[in-house]
Amino acid sequence: MNGLTFTTLELILASGLVLTAAGLSLLLSLGIQRQLLIASLRMAVQLLLVGLVLRFLFESANPWLTVALIVAMLTAASYEVGARQKMRVRGGWHFALSGIAISASTILIAAFALSTLAGTEDWTAPRIIVPITGIILGTAMNATSIALNALLGGISVERNAIEGQLALGRTRGEALRPMLRKAIHAGTIPVINQMAGAGIITLPGIMSGQILAGQDPMVAAQSQIFLMFMLAGAAIASIVIAVWLALFRLTDDRHRLRLDRLKPGS
Amino acid sequence: MPIALDATQLQCFDTGPVSLSVTGGQCLAVAGRSGSGKSILLRMIADLVPHSGECRLDGVPASAIPAPLWRSQVRYAASEPGWWAPTIGEHFRDPAALADRAAQLGLPKDAISAPPERLSTGERQRFAFLRAIEERPKVLLLDEPSSALDLEATLALEGMVRALMADGLAVILVSHDADQITRLADSILTIGDAA
Repeated sequence: MNGLTFTTLELILASGLVLTAAGLSLLLSLGIQRQLLIASLRMAVQLLLVGLVLRFLFESANPWLTVALIVAMLTAASYEVGARQKMRVRGGWHFALSGIAISASTILIAAFALSTLAGTEDWTAPRIIVPITGIILGTAMNATSIALNALLGGISVERNAIEGQLALGRTRGEALRPMLRKAIHAGTIPVINQMAGAGIITLPGIMSGQILAGQDPMVAAQSQIFLMFMLAGAAIASIVIAVWLALFRLTDDRHRLRLDRLKPGS
Repeated sequence: MPIALDATQLQCFDTGPVSLSVTGGQCLAVAGRSGSGKSILLRMIADLVPHSGECRLDGVPASAIPAPLWRSQVRYAASEPGWWAPTIGEHFRDPAALADRAAQLGLPKDAISAPPERLSTGERQRFAFLRAIEERPKVLLLDEPSSALDLEATLALEGMVRALMADGLAVILVSHDADQITRLADSILTIGDAA
């Protein structure tokens, strides 16, 4: 394979685009130059560091290091989902909700994806496990974040409607079903859009990466299709687990709405 | 024999402990300053908020009855009722049977097919009352049932409450309308500091 590579000089040239944008921001008093430069610098440092870590990991081929990296990725993703919510579940439950949902779905779907590769690839190699887990985790994280935000915000806004139904003798599942449906719908929009637009509106990341790395486009397309199915499965599994856990945490066994367990995010 | 609701030592947040009892055909009014916990008390009786103490219906504790079934029998009608379906009628199990009762409360028939947000506060309040009594609960917990109604509509609503009481309904009423308490209540319970 004749993969496309970039030299340091080319990276510096590319960074000129960001510097130009920052200069324009300064000139037009847009006020985004600082954030743009910090985000660019942060992105470059993060990716170079992760490149170093992955290189070390792939060379060492130590399964425990792979497990440690995946645990760190799951922890960071759980924190990110929790930190982005406008409304928070009180106590450790807030991060537990997202942590359990994205960890369970990612591990389940990654295991499924890797097991289907067992016949053709060395699926236990870190160079296979880590990227596949990372892609699945990223999708599960975004989907869960959006769904939980819709659910926690919606419950506090629709309190009267939910309690009105509970007061009429409906169960917590019946009273919260419209909110759960809205949250699941909101969370699945990105992955559905991603699938609907794949190949027409955008060339998805994996496919683009593989083509740039010299892979045959048909092989790259097949890889992307496989991964899209995995991503859709992970997103839906993670959302369903998260909203289900939230339903039980924000109600109790007497079918009461427990808004005392919810607070505004900082 | 008329049904009997007994509440013993109900307490949550800063409200209580409060004990009370009411039997079918009677109306107990709960009085007290704003913020004294009258609405919370009704919500405790409906088991909508966590609390200590116990409620019994005909001697059976609420904890021994599934919560949805308890609330079907001991129904709370909130002062700020919630709406969740596109039209008023869809909030009722039997919208077809609603027209007569709506007319008795001076509500226009076409309001049944209207979205809740299209109606006035007073119209919504009366529909919320009708929704609360639709399945004939044994105990009705009325929280400011006529705060947005004029006298004529208030008296029509009270007339319906009295008719249901004659059929054995027990009522616990929270109202800031002293005249309404005089017209409806058989007894008064004052909670918090006396007004």
